[in-house]
Amino acid sequence: MSASHEPTSHTFEANAREALANARLQKALGAASGRFVSHRASAVAERPDFEELRRCGHAIKQEALDRLPQLLEQFEEHVVARGGRVHWARDAEEANQHVIRIAKNENVKRIVKSKSMATEEIHLNHALEAAGFEVVETDLGEFIIQLDKDIPSHIIAPAVHLTKEQVSEIFERELRETNAPGAGIPGLNAIARRTLRKSFLSAEMGISGANFAAADSGSIVIVENEGNAGLCSTLPRIHVAVVGIEKLVPRFDDLAVMLKLLGRSATGQRLTSYTNFITGIAGDGEEGPEQFHVILLDNGRSKIYDDDHLWGSLRCIRCGACLNACPVYKRAGGHAYGWVYQGPIGAVITPQYLGLERAPALPYASSLCGACFEVCPVKIEIPHMLLELRSQVVEASTEASGAAPKRPFFESLSFGAFAFLGRRPKLWDFATRLGRWLLRARSSDGQIPALSLPLLNRWTARRDLRAPARETFREEWARRRGRADAEADA
Amino acid sequence: MPRKVSLFVTCLADQVMTQAAWAAVELLEKLGCQVEVPMGQTCCGQPAFNSGYRNEAREVARHWLETFKHAQYIVSPSGSCTSMVKVFYKDLFEPGSPEAREIARLAARTYELTQFIVWELGRTDVGARYRGKVAYHASCHLLRELGERHAPRGLLERVQGAELVSIKDSETVCCGFGGTFSVKMADLSAAMLDEKLAALEASGADCVVACDAGCLLHIGGGLTRRGSRVRAFHIAELLTGRVPAPDAHV
Ligand code: SF4
Repeated sequence: MSASHEPTSHTFEANAREALANARLQKALGAASGRFVSHRASAVAERPDFEELRRCGHAIKQEALDRLPQLLEQFEEHVVARGGRVHWARDAEEANQHVIRIAKNENVKRIVKSKSMATEEIHLNHALEAAGFEVVETDLGEFIIQLDKDIPSHIIAPAVHLTKEQVSEIFERELRETNAPGAGIPGLNAIARRTLRKSFLSAEMGISGANFAAADSGSIVIVENEGNAGLCSTLPRIHVAVVGIEKLVPRFDDLAVMLKLLGRSATGQRLTSYTNFITGIAGDGEEGPEQFHVILLDNGRSKIYDDDHLWGSLRCIRCGACLNACPVYKRAGGHAYGWVYQGPIGAVITPQYLGLERAPALPYASSLCGACFEVCPVKIEIPHMLLELRSQVVEASTEASGAAPKRPFFESLSFGAFAFLGRRPKLWDFATRLGRWLLRARSSDGQIPALSLPLLNRWTARRDLRAPARETFREEWARRRGRADAEADA
Repeated sequence: MPRKVSLFVTCLADQVMTQAAWAAVELLEKLGCQVEVPMGQTCCGQPAFNSGYRNEAREVARHWLETFKHAQYIVSPSGSCTSMVKVFYKDLFEPGSPEAREIARLAARTYELTQFIVWELGRTDVGARYRGKVAYHASCHLLRELGERHAPRGLLERVQGAELVSIKDSETVCCGFGGTFSVKMADLSAAMLDEKLAALEASGADCVVACDAGCLLHIGGGLTRRGSRVRAFHIAELLTGRVPAPDAHV
């Protein structure tokens, strides 16, 4: 996998086919999904009030969206009052420039980073390296990904697509750790820890994301299991947090609910091993960074905010539960989605960030089974949003401008005919009789083993198609019961 | 007064799985309902809706509303088509429009078959017998859009002689049908199906039942392609004795 930044969302189907053919990947995905799902299930079962918690989580994030402009200002006031600084970034370019400017002003050379999807979204590492800074990812998964010049394949488990054997190979190749093969997971951890410790101690700047930002205190919260985010935000002289504007919650107290939901939904933990609350800079006599910068990132979020049907997707707390529950993600893997966010929530938001014309297949990458909605801690109606996006895909395809890709001719023709016949029962019956007759001619023993018709050939490639009935149920009903009905009516 | 039920056959049961429709009629009549079949019914419009063709779906939905406007109860042997009417129709029309009001009126009297029997008629024992092992596949739309976990199981538990076997983790996992998903993303769909079929075969069941013609077409087509000994039936077929005992077939 190359670290190309060009999205490949438009080729989802081909990407997924490639993933399906990769046995090693299928094994890694299957194992991880099983683990995540069962851990979450037991953590949720522990709380009989989990549904109530979900309702509260939904309400808190919805309130935050309803009052977002006001909360953002309130948040900024509190950050500033505690000695921090807030920088507003309309897009990736502005956000990256803020970070580069701060680093240059402060004579920074080395930077350590903890895991952050927002920084993936803006390709911050790439921008910093191009500007001459040394950047080291310190989350174990991200560290592996960075060494391998790969991209993350899961919101919370970036290297989930790799087996431990592959990780050993990467360490051996990139770190010249000849002991890596056969080191086992503890051994690999030790290698990473040893390598990263040097970076922590020498870095002048630490960059993090944030899981939540509390408007009434100016605090940001970072949850993690490795302790690296804590180090990134305390050891270096300068801490920069890149925070999407949707991360706000109205009150610090709301975190009591949100943290219960996040750990359980994400990894099946009651709480993650570390929960970092960061409010302003270190006071007199306290240890900690001299500077605390928050980059508030829009980068397309306010556009989503304006879509009446889809703005609820901004409630997402990036727990990854919908990925783990999704039978499509489990097969296709994260890279198939072609951009930073994967799985069901990726299928909803990627087309909004990149533009529908660059990801027209993603809304269709779902059987609409609803498992994602069932586990989402903030009750995002993902299946309904995918349906809404599908209608936007079709609508855009008929626009005169011709900017959006056209739908396949066969598809629009079929649904045109479907609508025409669907409200003309006599013609419907005639057309379906013809269709049944054609299909029955290809059947043997009540099953159709192979068809060369468009789309239906894809069905019969892997399954039989049950032959339609000679006579429809309604025809048979009219024949057998018609007279009885007529008598009863008389 | 017997309840008057208008059977919402659904296009798949009408054209392909006619035995499921007859079984539904037999069950309803046995339980004292008077069944009628509106002859002008076609489809609920779900294939177009799920593919993003809302204008097309809207026209077919209007036809459905017209067809069933005089119904006292509307009962369907498919959870997915029922959810189209009860959950998704309202997304097709402006709130407050005449259609939206009509949808609210008719959706309230529309039921999936097992929900109607258990919750409206208050019956779980319908006098069914089956000598063999049965697996229940929970179809996604009945399970999640209509939120039904109990009705089909309640009915199956009271089938005399039947042993209900669990397909464990896989019971509530999608079979990969998803309507047009099965042909649009055929490889992913088939991979999901494979997992479902393997779980079914490992369960030891002789037959699998579900409340949805679409899923059954998918699972059934996969089973016959594999030459599996497990067979797929609509739950109503089992409840009306239409499923032959496992040793009665070859
Ligand atoms: S959509 Fe819901 S389940 Fe998926 S990552 Fe976001 S919060 Fe978690």
